[in-house]
Amino acid sequence: MNSANHKIRTSNLSRPGGDMQWCFSQVKGAIDDDVAEADIISTVEFNHTGELLATGDKGGRVVIFQQEIDNKNVPQFRSEYNVYSTFQSHEPEFDYLKSLEIEEKINKIRWLPQKNAAQFLLSTNDKTIKLWKISERDKRPEGYNLKEEDGRYRDPNTITALRVPVLIPMDLMVEASPRRVFANAHTYHINSISVNSDNETYLSADDLRVNLWNLEITDRSFNIVDIKPANMEELTEVITAAEFHPHQCNTFVYSSSKGTIRLCDMRVSALCDKHSKLFEEPENPSNRSFFSEIISSISDVKFSHNGRYMMTRDYLSVKIWDLNMESRPVETYQVHEYLRSKLCSLYENDCIFDKFECCWNGNDSVVMTGSYNNFFRMFDRGHRRDATLEASRENSKPLQVLKPRKVCTGGKRKKDEISVDSLDFNKKILHTAWHPQDNIIAVATTNNLYIFQDKVN
Amino acid sequence: MSGDNDETQTAEETPVEETESQDKVISPEKAEEAKFKARYPSLGHKPGGSDLLRKRLQKGQKYFDSGDYNMAKAKIKNKQLPTAAPEKTEITGDHIPTPQDLPQRKPSLVASKLAG
Repeated sequence: MNSANHKIRTSNLSRPGGDMQWCFSQVKGAIDDDVAEADIISTVEFNHTGELLATGDKGGRVVIFQQEIDNKNVPQFRSEYNVYSTFQSHEPEFDYLKSLEIEEKINKIRWLPQKNAAQFLLSTNDKTIKLWKISERDKRPEGYNLKEEDGRYRDPNTITALRVPVLIPMDLMVEASPRRVFANAHTYHINSISVNSDNETYLSADDLRVNLWNLEITDRSFNIVDIKPANMEELTEVITAAEFHPHQCNTFVYSSSKGTIRLCDMRVSALCDKHSKLFEEPENPSNRSFFSEIISSISDVKFSHNGRYMMTRDYLSVKIWDLNMESRPVETYQVHEYLRSKLCSLYENDCIFDKFECCWNGNDSVVMTGSYNNFFRMFDRGHRRDATLEASRENSKPLQVLKPRKVCTGGKRKKDEISVDSLDFNKKILHTAWHPQDNIIAVATTNNLYIFQDKVN
Repeated sequence: MSGDNDETQTAEETPVEETESQDKVISPEKAEEAKFKARYPSLGHKPGGSDLLRKRLQKGQKYFDSGDYNMAKAKIKNKQLPTAAPEKTEITGDHIPTPQDLPQRKPSLVASKLAG
């Protein structure tokens, strides 16, 4: 997609001088505290125009919301997102050969750019990727020659005249159908899928391999990265995320559990085991501890929309890398540095392995990521400002402005601050998404989806 | 609202001179490591190494292990094969699992509550 055609409304993005102010817009999901495992949201993704917002959950279901047309009577409401379609994408399976359960949890959803009236998305669980077509039907044919209206066939002897069936309007029906199933290409668990800018291919990555697919072909996949050692005892790192460059169809990156990112060029060779660039921040060896490698593991990597930067998320920070500089990131933002002195207990309760995602806003000026206690963080790169906000039912009155939150690390806790020990580590925001053009964000708590919008003056 | 956008980690970078009594400038991360080693002295020296990664690669419940099965069979020898124990918590070890033991895994037939 030519970046020059990428329309961005710059008027209200990251207002110079003013603070970012976010308002509650909507919340989806049940209020009850008893969360069924199937309802745990596992992925959130806007499509390329932002009109559609898809969620996937642990139960293998996909729910797609559509932005309604602007309500002209209430100008301060940007449009609302309402349910457009929902379907069961993946079902639990059992690998009889290995005696292993294959979870139906949707790990990732990625939208294809729209080519015709229908919408297409890729959804994946640990083992299988599926291409879903979502199409609208708002007309139905009436006046068949050979069939009655209820579908029964007419006695041909009673047919004496010929007529042309007509299409009459009907209530909108949105249908989702699986068009392709890309199976049996991954021995390990798929963590990423990424559609190429060529709109013909996409990649899928598991712990040790990255495969390249053609969207039309399901019985063949090319392996382009393989980091499996000959002897598994020698395994030192795994692939944690992978993404295609937004404009250069030959370029992709993959991140590792050791905190490195490798950029590969598919023109160089068929097998991209040898990277073109290796991004790694040097570490002071005297700082190294038992936890260093674990917290340096990258849980998400995202290219900026302009294709010049990429962002990585590790346990405690977000880093922005200039693709032209491999030696260190150009910006580092601390998400919840106060957790550094809690690493022991976070290891014990497994939270240290939580995989947080991150995202860019439309013009790459602000980045966002989640944290614990249903907090999420935004970093305004240009104005060197950051904010901590909370997604909670208490702040869910229509258009209620979100109050900034603060975690108290020292002894004296101010009013409205929350101490580190009071944080609820079961309330994690792992998945967030930013509308590609507007200041509308989708934030997933465990089982609820919050939609916030920028305060419109 | 202003915040800190530090370029580097806030962990202590200067090497610490060890004294007889407490170190005043020990990094929080190293303090956590000391706490961890005190609680779990047996845990490996290679923290990010093979064991952790292999556990990660093998995520997902394994229901049948041929090693377990053969060991259990060897213990029984002439006796009958054991059937499901009343408590279904132990799946590996002496117990040979059968499909009846396993919790039923069915797809969610209920619609997502997000669509409600």
